[in-house]
Amino acid sequence: MSRAALLLLADGRFPAGGHAHSGGIEAAIAHQAVHDTDSLQTFCRGRLHTTGLTTAGLAAAAAAGVNPLLLDDAADARTPAPALRAVARRLGRQMMRAARATFPSKDLERLAAARPQGAHQPIVLGLAARAAGLTPLDAAYAAAYENASGPATAAVRLLSLDPLDASSLLAHLSTDLDAVATAAARAADRATAEGVDALPSASSPLLDITGEQHAAWTVRLFAS
Amino acid sequence: MRHSPHPRQPQRTRHHAPAATQRRPVPPPTPAHRQKPRQGRDHRRDERPLGGDRLTIDVTAGDRAALEVTTAAATLALRGPTTAPATYDVRLTVGEHASLRWLPQPLISAADSNLRQTCTVELASTARLLLREEQLLGRANEDPGHLVSRLLVHRAGRPLLDQQTAYGDPEPGWDGPAILHGHRAVGQLLLVDPQMSMRRSPILLRPRSREGCAVLAPLAGGPALLATAVAPTSSTLRELLDEALTHALGQ
Amino acid sequence: MHLDHPETMPQRHTHSAEPLRADGTRRALRVGLGGPVGSGKTASVAALCRTLREGWSIAVVTNDIYTREDAEYLLREAVLPPERITAVETGACPHTAIRDDISANLEAVEHLEETLRPLDLVLIESGGDNLTATFSKGLVDQQIFVIDVSSGDDIPRKGGPGITTADLLLINKTDLAPHVGADLATMATDAKRQRGDLPVIFTSLTSDDGIRDVADWITAHLTEWHHKAAA
Repeated sequence: MSRAALLLLADGRFPAGGHAHSGGIEAAIAHQAVHDTDSLQTFCRGRLHTTGLTTAGLAAAAAAGVNPLLLDDAADARTPAPALRAVARRLGRQMMRAARATFPSKDLERLAAARPQGAHQPIVLGLAARAAGLTPLDAAYAAAYENASGPATAAVRLLSLDPLDASSLLAHLSTDLDAVATAAARAADRATAEGVDALPSASSPLLDITGEQHAAWTVRLFAS
Repeated sequence: MRHSPHPRQPQRTRHHAPAATQRRPVPPPTPAHRQKPRQGRDHRRDERPLGGDRLTIDVTAGDRAALEVTTAAATLALRGPTTAPATYDVRLTVGEHASLRWLPQPLISAADSNLRQTCTVELASTARLLLREEQLLGRANEDPGHLVSRLLVHRAGRPLLDQQTAYGDPEPGWDGPAILHGHRAVGQLLLVDPQMSMRRSPILLRPRSREGCAVLAPLAGGPALLATAVAPTSSTLRELLDEALTHALGQ
Repeated sequence: MHLDHPETMPQRHTHSAEPLRADGTRRALRVGLGGPVGSGKTASVAALCRTLREGWSIAVVTNDIYTREDAEYLLREAVLPPERITAVETGACPHTAIRDDISANLEAVEHLEETLRPLDLVLIESGGDNLTATFSKGLVDQQIFVIDVSSGDDIPRKGGPGITTADLLLINKTDLAPHVGADLATMATDAKRQRGDLPVIFTSLTSDDGIRDVADWITAHLTEWHHKAAA
């Protein structure tokens, strides 16, 4: 199938529920840890190299044909914050709905049947990429790009930043995105032989802590 | 905190029979505490992991054994004669109905050090574990070295927790708002207990504080609670983890 | 707090607003209520619940701009039991959640369907937005656009997708017309020009049974929906 499918999967307008999630930036802004374009860039870069690498690895492994149920367990083990697990599964359900309509495949149907409450989102994304004929590296790019662009887009709304600055900072992250996607795809390749422990498990203590804090807020704009 | 004993020689190692088995002979922890031959420098003269060192600790609590391992003082990662990373690998195995408390003192990542640490835990399905990890990034008024640390826990052969952290230059964004945001002490406390009630809501510790905070929450893959804490200092970090432990034990 | 219920989410067989459930039974009728902030969407939902709850099994999904305000109003007013009211977060873009990416709303609706069977009617209230906000046909079967007299009697003339295409245009707060100098006749003429034969209801929700005409309109659709199900 066409490489153009990657553009569709990575498009922020792909209707899979991502627009209502801030990728932790709403909490970071509330703590005044992020307040301008520079601090936003540092946030996105740190997130990309931690949870971004981990999700990209899961997506790439799913696209490479690693058993999605084992990947789902691996994703749980890499997501110690229950609020973030719930978000990942909710987004997985929503991605599944969009993916089944867009790139129907037996793999997606099987996973939907095995995980009716939703699999972790990057695994669904990876299977959708596989269904679209994309490579594990493509899937890693889609996951990594979404990891960085989500908080950048949310920050534009929350901080009234100049959207051109946000686009510029994402462009500045290009080499980071290349590095993360490449590392994720390599690890996915290893995982096909060695199992899921070969996948990245890069994590951030603050994203876990603030993710749980955010879930306890009674007033918030974003679901996570 | 300046002196550091060799991490392969915990200062206190206790074996005792679990209460449930006291009426009959307790199989010895097999092996209770095995040390692998060290490669490289003589650890008796050098008590700290230096660049290029490769250290391994292997601890097994055999079926029905109870084991507690602590160290008396912090482990200090220092700059070595080479820029190659030192490695420090801890492998913990806990058998059926066995219990391990792994409570070492903090690991300090000193300036210009370069350490890759792994802690790999294999738990039987009825095993109990209390594990604390604390990392201090730099001594007083010192930039930290480069510390990459992975904690990988399997329970009954399935992944329970898998987390890798990477702090210090050249890690991208490590001190920024997504990862540490200036905090210099970071730690985790993991409690695995098959007898624990698992319908627990997350507990937020000091959520509005700028001087450190933590969350205690259940893991997905088993009867396990994990506390994750960040703090500006080691003492605040310990307070948070102690507080988390109190909650975890339901006290 | 978590507003979804991942523990009980059933397997999905539909991608969007297909009229039948997986087991072949007809799902609940979904009616969207959109319109600008302050026009009376939440008050309409509350009044509809009070009027229709005796005869029909109803649930509500709110899309607050700032989480849960509307849902909590409905809870406070006790128009329905709490398990029948769900809030969806919209990431500062309420129109996106009802039009461009409806997945969170679909999840909420399907969850209510699964847990409250049998359900006859789901009211989906949009976050207060502008005149361009409309519901996706993938999410609702009928949509009501709510405006009010006090925001200016030129709103129907200005048009926009909500005014021109909604299945029902509800013009609220007619009691305020004399106080704000609004010309109801002009509004009616403009609405007719914009909407052709599509219905328009003028009302004041603060008056006794001010919601009656709207409730009757929904009841007619409910009856038709059930006839289709029985056919």
